[in-house]
Amino acid sequence: MNSFTFTQAMAVAGAVQDKAAHPDAAYIGGGTNLIDLMKENVARPTHLIGLKKLGLDAIEALPDGGLRLGALATNADTAWHPEVESRYPLLNQAILAGASPQLRNMATDGGNLMQRTRCYYFYDLATPCNKREPGSGCSAIGGYNRVCGILGTSDSCIATHPSDMCVALAALDTVVRVSGPNGERTIQFEDFHRLPGDQPERDNTLEPGELITSLDLPAKGFEKNFSYLKLRDRTSYAFALVSVAAAMELDGNTITDARLALGGVAHKPWRDKEAEAMLVGQPATAATFGRVAAKVLEGAKGYGANTFKIELARRAIVRALKQATEMNQVLDTNAFQNSNP
Amino acid sequence: MSQVTQAPLGRPPVALAPTQPVRLNINGQDHTLEIAPWTTLLDALREYLDLTGTKKGCDHGQCGACTVLVDGKRVNSCLSLAVMHDDSHIQTIEGLGTEDKLSPLQQAFIDHDAFQCGYCTPGQICSAQGLLNEGKAKTEAQVRELMSGNVCRCGAYSNILSAVMEVLTNEGLILEDKAWSAGAANQNVAPVEPPK
Repeated sequence: MNSFTFTQAMAVAGAVQDKAAHPDAAYIGGGTNLIDLMKENVARPTHLIGLKKLGLDAIEALPDGGLRLGALATNADTAWHPEVESRYPLLNQAILAGASPQLRNMATDGGNLMQRTRCYYFYDLATPCNKREPGSGCSAIGGYNRVCGILGTSDSCIATHPSDMCVALAALDTVVRVSGPNGERTIQFEDFHRLPGDQPERDNTLEPGELITSLDLPAKGFEKNFSYLKLRDRTSYAFALVSVAAAMELDGNTITDARLALGGVAHKPWRDKEAEAMLVGQPATAATFGRVAAKVLEGAKGYGANTFKIELARRAIVRALKQATEMNQVLDTNAFQNSNP
Repeated sequence: MSQVTQAPLGRPPVALAPTQPVRLNINGQDHTLEIAPWTTLLDALREYLDLTGTKKGCDHGQCGACTVLVDGKRVNSCLSLAVMHDDSHIQTIEGLGTEDKLSPLQQAFIDHDAFQCGYCTPGQICSAQGLLNEGKAKTEAQVRELMSGNVCRCGAYSNILSAVMEVLTNEGLILEDKAWSAGAANQNVAPVEPPK
């Protein structure tokens, strides 16, 4: 690690000012990804601004029936919160599918959005990587790219966003509240993360110095019909090769509302609103799900070692939608195994 | 005679950030350390306080050997800076029991021969203590899942599972027998006898 200074922020305004006063500063919430990147010399901040005493760790009801997740609430406290468990079980399942208990106890909700890709070349300082060092090239294209993306990729970068939690947040239409040098604003979740384009070093649409203060969930939580299906190389404590967050409302066997988001396939949680629209008004059958899955994967592109993900994702979508319809998942006593039926 | 320069590659030496005080309550004792901000909680425990029960394994949060409890919750001490824990209560393997009176988990690990090498065991026991504190695991399958942050290749997992299940059983925290026995059949692990 490089030498750096550390201050503990006591208020949001103070943290934002402190960030503006130090050109190479970084906010640190739980630090589970940032400290790892600092140990690998990928991240080299000269100043860290501790956030844990800002008091943004509450999970509270919103007047419109939604739920506000404080940016500094831990992933574990969020997953196990009674309101999240009962009203947003998709989010509960997605969080518990990710990382390990130790990491979930430290990692914060805001930090989850800010974690960086686990593409091997991003971590390997000996190889070119446009995300780590703009203009140096992409080693994953033509390299070992099993973990890389198949949708929304560019000639500059095929890295994926590694989060599980964010896939559920995307499906649930979460709103991100931020505070920065120019005051407060909100960002729709689908606009928060970016596709790589020719600027893969930019993961998101935050302006310099902006700090996430909360994640606001709308009232609709799809607690009756949902599934978070995560497919990975081992049963636990591994990043997704492909994950699917599926949520539906049903009238009998007819779909009246639907959400579909994918993880492990793109630079951002991949949500396809046209595919969602194709579900509405249709019967909840394998044929419907198959057509929708084909639509989602229409523009998919494989890069060799990750080409299998196209078929994997297509089948995962069908299975997740089927699970959400039938809700034959055992949710009470065996909740942790849901993602690996 | 060759000349030795202080910094490599002709770069000027980098000024180090100053140390700063951190107050930690560790295993019931207050400590104030004067440390560099990049000192991890793990290094603070081992290098400044001589609490070497907590192990540095992978140093990247992947193996769980460095697991300690911060305010009752298990964390990877290698991925956390000590300066982030001002005023926190930290419990390490040394603080779970005494030589005369081991904690129930420590005793269960002995009874079930649940030891990997000394490197992984303290983290496994601290992680299991965190699992007990959380109160979420009620079946064998759930214990397996919630112990998955502790990785080792020694192959003692099945005995660790038995040890943790015994303590859960003794504390009345498991579901009725059949729930976890059914899981045990699938996992190819003999279930622990429920208390008579």
